[in-house]
Amino acid sequence: MLAFVIRRLAQAVMVMLAVGLIAFSLFRFVGDPVVFMLGQDATPEDRTRMTQMLGLDQPFYVQYANFVVRAAQGEFGLSLRQIRPVKTLIIERLPATLELSFVAGLFALVVGIALGVYTALRRGSWISHVFLAVSLIGVSLPTFLIGILLILVFAVLLGWLPSFGRGDTVAIGWWTSGFFTASGLKALILPAITLGLFQMTLIQRLVRSEMLEVLRTDYIKFARARGLTDSAVHFGHALKNTLVPVITITGLQLGAIIAFAIITETVFQWPGMGLLFIQAVNFADVPVMAAYLCLTALFFVIINLVVDLLYYAVDPRLRIDRTIAAH
Amino acid sequence: MKAALERFWDHDLAYSFRRSPVTVLAALMTLVCVAGAVFAPWLAPHNPFDLSSLNLNDAFSPPAWTAGGAARYPLGTDDQGRDILSTIMYGARISLGVGLAAVALALVLGVSLGLLSGYMGGRLDAFIMRVADIQLSFPAILIALLIDGIARVALPNDAHDSIAVPVLVLAIGVSGWVQYARTVRGSTLVEKNKEYVQAARVVGRSPPAIMLAHVLPNVTGPVLVIGTIHVATAIITEATLSFLGVGVPPTQPSLGTLIRIGNDFLFSGEWWITVFPGVALILLVLSVNLLGDWLRDALNPKLR
Repeated sequence: MLAFVIRRLAQAVMVMLAVGLIAFSLFRFVGDPVVFMLGQDATPEDRTRMTQMLGLDQPFYVQYANFVVRAAQGEFGLSLRQIRPVKTLIIERLPATLELSFVAGLFALVVGIALGVYTALRRGSWISHVFLAVSLIGVSLPTFLIGILLILVFAVLLGWLPSFGRGDTVAIGWWTSGFFTASGLKALILPAITLGLFQMTLIQRLVRSEMLEVLRTDYIKFARARGLTDSAVHFGHALKNTLVPVITITGLQLGAIIAFAIITETVFQWPGMGLLFIQAVNFADVPVMAAYLCLTALFFVIINLVVDLLYYAVDPRLRIDRTIAAH
Repeated sequence: MKAALERFWDHDLAYSFRRSPVTVLAALMTLVCVAGAVFAPWLAPHNPFDLSSLNLNDAFSPPAWTAGGAARYPLGTDDQGRDILSTIMYGARISLGVGLAAVALALVLGVSLGLLSGYMGGRLDAFIMRVADIQLSFPAILIALLIDGIARVALPNDAHDSIAVPVLVLAIGVSGWVQYARTVRGSTLVEKNKEYVQAARVVGRSPPAIMLAHVLPNVTGPVLVIGTIHVATAIITEATLSFLGVGVPPTQPSLGTLIRIGNDFLFSGEWWITVFPGVALILLVLSVNLLGDWLRDALNPKLR
């Protein structure tokens, strides 16, 4: 167990260092920072002084080490476009992305499990077939198109829901929340559905197939023979046993939700980190790109690590070998 | 010739194809999309890139069957007076081209690395598979976005538009090699211990020759299936990147760029500018996906 944990931790650190190296190379080799600070017409003496001041005359690995130390403290310098510390920008945007991802994940989990159970229990009914067909189309539609279609129907044609922004937010310390105002909640609905739809269909299919398998087992037959009600059998016995893979898949998909938030945030002009990143890419705003890169990688590494350790703790069969579910 | 045709008609694949109406429909749809894209310069009613033929007075013309539509523009026009049907046909050309090129790149990269990894084993194998594991824990679109973003920052501003398409192909291709490498490595591990490979080794053929001439032909089956489904994914990735504004430039719009352009006019009621390219994208992706699913089932002996 200990060896496994240490190996996984070492791998996580390696990934972070590699991502850090990419981010650092962005800084170091893209454009000349000295020219950037001083302009084209600086004297050679000024250049030398600036080079020394920025520590650019030091060997590569020293500079990289300095970068890693600063990055670990969250210091990525100033955004080139907004001339503000990247740290502040990210902290401003973080709540929007996390709230959206949370609601999207919750939607995927609740609706996915409900539809999965329904389609498993009423296997032959036409409603189940409709749900399955819709989920198949949902999987093959690109996220941004789903968003546009939802905007077209619910914002433009029906006018029920807002199509962009977060609505009114309430500040709780540095955290801004849209959960406590009517307009904030209304603004969450369409983006959350857009973001969570893919994961919802994934969970629906998973729950359905697991349920169908569990319902065939002997202990379900025994539970029925004991005269338990249908709902006790279905929810107390069958559903409970399908939840372990569902939870792990949801965990792994959490990272995907945060990554795909880039697309949803662009469609809905949601003021989160993803939108910040896309704007940074368009304006070649290196510090913001590097910071987003490191932060997202950190999320992913932590999620993968936790899921791996959970796997190890929950299911002894997987201690021998396990294949990561491919996205 | 006739005998060959009959043999083809009676082949397992052709039989399962005929038996599945959905697949036949998907194949027809794919054919229509591909033909429309490939022959766009001859089939399209207008040339949307011929600036002299554009007339701003025709801008925002709605589809032909609605009030105010003109028969000259069956699906309406966009903000610059370009015919939507023609831009879709030209756009599908770029979408398909980028998608196919990216899949080809991913396929060549993945198959070579998988072969090397499986046949050579040892440290090289461990390294390649570790990199694959790490890459697989991030969504492909994030990797493509990252490569695209880095290229954008690293290259001078005036070069962006001219090399946007190759950069896009590179980004999508590199983000998709892992699946091929894993599959090919798995099959290679099985094949390399078979007698024909040992025989080739005994005869004294070099490892590259054995890999290419003997192992490769025996591991390509699953690669085809992955490739077909990957075409749909690659087209979606291209459309998404273009929609985000980091894909192909607006001067040579793909389907994703068209949807992005049209998105700006959604609120003023000009829905056709974004909806029709969207529908074209859905039809293309859905039919390629269905073809891929059919191919996977048809080539899988367990399901027969």
